Amino acid sequence: MAQLPDVKEGETLLKLEDIHMYFGKVAALNGVSLEVKKGEIHSIIGPNGAGKTVMMNCINGLYRPQKGNIYYKGQKINHLKPYQRAQLGISRTFQKIELFGGMSVLDNIRLGRHIHLKSGIISGSIYVGKTRQEELKSRKFIEEEIIDLLEIESIRDKTVHMLPYGLQKRVELGRALALNPELLLLDEPLAGLNLEEVEDMARFILDINEEERWKVTCILVEHDMGVVMDISHRVFVLNFGNPIMDGPPEKVQKNPDVINAYLGTEDLYATRR
Amino acid sequence: MAGAQIEITKDLTIPKLFLKQCRKYGKNKVAMREKEFGIWRPYTWQDYYDNVKYLCLGMVSLGLKRGDKVAMIGDNRPEGLWAEMAALCAGGIAVWLFQDCMIDEVKYIVDHSDAKFFVGETQEEVDKALAIKDECPHLQWVIWDDPKGMRNYHQDFLMSIPEVQKRGRELEKQKPDLFEKMIEEGHGDDICLLFYTSGTTALPKGALLSHWNMLTMGRNLMSVDACYDTDDFVSYLPFAWIGEQMMSISCGLQVGYTLNFPEEPETAQENIREIGPHVMFAPPRLYEGMTRRVQVKYIDSTWIKRKFYEFATKVGYNVANLKFEKKPIPWYWKFLNWIAYITVQKKLKDHLGMSRLRHAYTGGAAMGPDHFRFFHALGVNLKQIYGQTEIAGISIVHRDGDVKFDTVGTPIPQTEVRITEEGEIISKSPSVFQGYYKNEEATRKTLVDGWLYSGDRGFIDEDGHLVVFDRSKDVMTLSDGRPFSPQYLETRLKFSPYIQEAWVIGDKRPYVTAVMCIDYQVVGKWADDHKINYTSYMELSQDPRVYDLVQKQIEEANKDLPDVAKIRKFVNLYKAFDADDDELTRTSKLRRAFVAERYKDIVGALYSDVDVVHMDTTITYEDGREQRIKTDLRVQKVNV
Repeated sequence: MAQLPDVKEGETLLKLEDIHMYFGKVAALNGVSLEVKKGEIHSIIGPNGAGKTVMMNCINGLYRPQKGNIYYKGQKINHLKPYQRAQLGISRTFQKIELFGGMSVLDNIRLGRHIHLKSGIISGSIYVGKTRQEELKSRKFIEEEIIDLLEIESIRDKTVHMLPYGLQKRVELGRALALNPELLLLDEPLAGLNLEEVEDMARFILDINEEERWKVTCILVEHDMGVVMDISHRVFVLNFGNPIMDGPPEKVQKNPDVINAYLGTEDLYATRR
Repeated sequence: MAGAQIEITKDLTIPKLFLKQCRKYGKNKVAMREKEFGIWRPYTWQDYYDNVKYLCLGMVSLGLKRGDKVAMIGDNRPEGLWAEMAALCAGGIAVWLFQDCMIDEVKYIVDHSDAKFFVGETQEEVDKALAIKDECPHLQWVIWDDPKGMRNYHQDFLMSIPEVQKRGRELEKQKPDLFEKMIEEGHGDDICLLFYTSGTTALPKGALLSHWNMLTMGRNLMSVDACYDTDDFVSYLPFAWIGEQMMSISCGLQVGYTLNFPEEPETAQENIREIGPHVMFAPPRLYEGMTRRVQVKYIDSTWIKRKFYEFATKVGYNVANLKFEKKPIPWYWKFLNWIAYITVQKKLKDHLGMSRLRHAYTGGAAMGPDHFRFFHALGVNLKQIYGQTEIAGISIVHRDGDVKFDTVGTPIPQTEVRITEEGEIISKSPSVFQGYYKNEEATRKTLVDGWLYSGDRGFIDEDGHLVVFDRSKDVMTLSDGRPFSPQYLETRLKFSPYIQEAWVIGDKRPYVTAVMCIDYQVVGKWADDHKINYTSYMELSQDPRVYDLVQKQIEEANKDLPDVAKIRKFVNLYKAFDADDDELTRTSKLRRAFVAERYKDIVGALYSDVDVVHMDTTITYEDGREQRIKTDLRVQKVNV
């Protein structure tokens, strides 16, 4: 895989161009175009079945759209497999937790590092030279950047399926971060969390986006309008595969089409608070 | 080397002792360790010295002068201790706040103490400082430690610890001997700590303690139970609690043992196990928590393990009782105890982090005899400490081999303890405090001719041990006119793993009643095992089966009590008592007058014929949010 050029803050990092995705005769995405700038939190909102997760799956390569192009850092990535896109720095979390339940928290996060580990089975088994350095570097990264950030010191060695749901969500974010991504796809990271957990998670997303050592561009699919409107730079609205609008949160909240399609006429923040 | 060998003179101060120890140990010995990023990271005495020095000089360059107060808040970390020591080295006075203090308490203490500096650990503490800054005219600088989340804070009175230390290095270049000179200027009679006592009735009072107070207290405790500089101590209880100051500063500095700081408060128990400290001092609730954990694990484990545990406890209790009675232990009991040790106690102690423990102390509140015997049956040398913030933490302790579980022990050297005619405990020692800050009246009441009036009622038994009955104002009069300690009954109730808190009522009433708070985790687990559905504490606490469970625990505690003292009726509260709701002090003591007022409807129902009491109150969350609660509570009778 050729090294892609660096993208500066404010420039386009990811571009979807007229994406069409059909399941049989159902159009899940009907000509969706989206431009995500580096450094943004770009949210995708829409009613259930709008095609938000399908969009995420198209971006990270789980689905191949029938029509349309996806560009990452100016390069077309339509043909790339999910793992190849991961190598380019695209990472994601899932709406339904997809962790290895029988493994420890630490092992789950370590798995996210595997694309950065270059040493082979032989040098790995004798643990010398470069392998050792690589391991130590990897350990340092996981401990200092991820576990500390997500405040999961106390559950390091716990088995994942024994943990409460809110913490599992955190671990999933941790694994996505282990990739050291440039673009992070967050599929409903707040669903099913209590108020305190929502506040924590929103704080982590902001940290990942703003903190100098991370500066990760995020695409966020979420139903919690309070959080979406608070932390997003731009909001993209989707309704049954059709794009409705894309703009800053203040404008989206005022758009009559958006209100009709999704938000309803009631107070926008009523969904949770 | 044992700490008692250090000579304490009126001229000695904590910073002078600090300097002496740093010179003695330098780079060759670890002064403290902190677990960070999953690894124990050591700081030598030289590191300790450097960090304190530059932090101190930095604060001086920001305007810290002799006698200025430095307020501090945060979890136990090396940085917290550095900040305290830095303040003391500059002749300042340290004021510690509990890390979970609500904004009103923070404001009251920072304002009342006239603190000029505020040292907070994280963004959360900085937010508290920012919120009160305008209302506290003396507050000039806010210093923080953890950079997480601080990227958008640009106020010019905010500074990170490394930045302050950078200023300190610059100041050192101009005045290389300033630090040592400032330490030299100190005198033993100078105030070093302004400690706010968690009042069970009124606003907190600020007790002033001098270097001499702190150092003599440390020496006198260490002369009873010597510690060595090869020992390990885990510092995880709030620095705002005098007991932690005792161990980390007074004793720690004199002895030179290594302080260990856990990674996070949630990992403390695990970290204690990793370190295996030689000495431990914690309030009863920590030991109660350990007991509960063991009891719950026991209920959960397999048949064979349960049998072994039952055997080991039986033997343990028997041997402990022989020791309490100071009778010789026959060889066959010794042998059985050895088997109990090999099979059960050794592992259990390891899990509790007690395998290397020489002295375990408890103090700060009453501990029930059942808990006490539990630990002695395990072979843990648990001893009571009695004292107040006003006497630098300790005046009385059990001696090895002379432990009685219903007393708190005998006075430490240089300490006199007497009982007044009214039955109040009074004491006199070099460690008696200098008075309350800005509160002449309270000082006059507490300090009479050098005697400290504790407000506790007690007596001295035939062996010269002090028995603390209860706080004078808490002592109840039963229906037959006898005095009775509600605390005694409450600690008995709390020996049940299902009970987290209990409040016993009955002063001048026809019979005794109780308000119970279940332990959410343990009862929750019990409910799972019994296929009882619940969604919240409130729902679980009101389940009739849980009521029956609690009733059984009460009946157990009622056994061998005189009939008038037996609990007749109780209510399960819909929440646990919480310091955030002002129901407990920050050191987890029940504020009786407050709860009596707050739950007067419940008390009314307990003394009338109704079966249900309707509640309508608000509860406060730690971030200040409030929630209104409406519910019905059932009153249940206990079979007596």
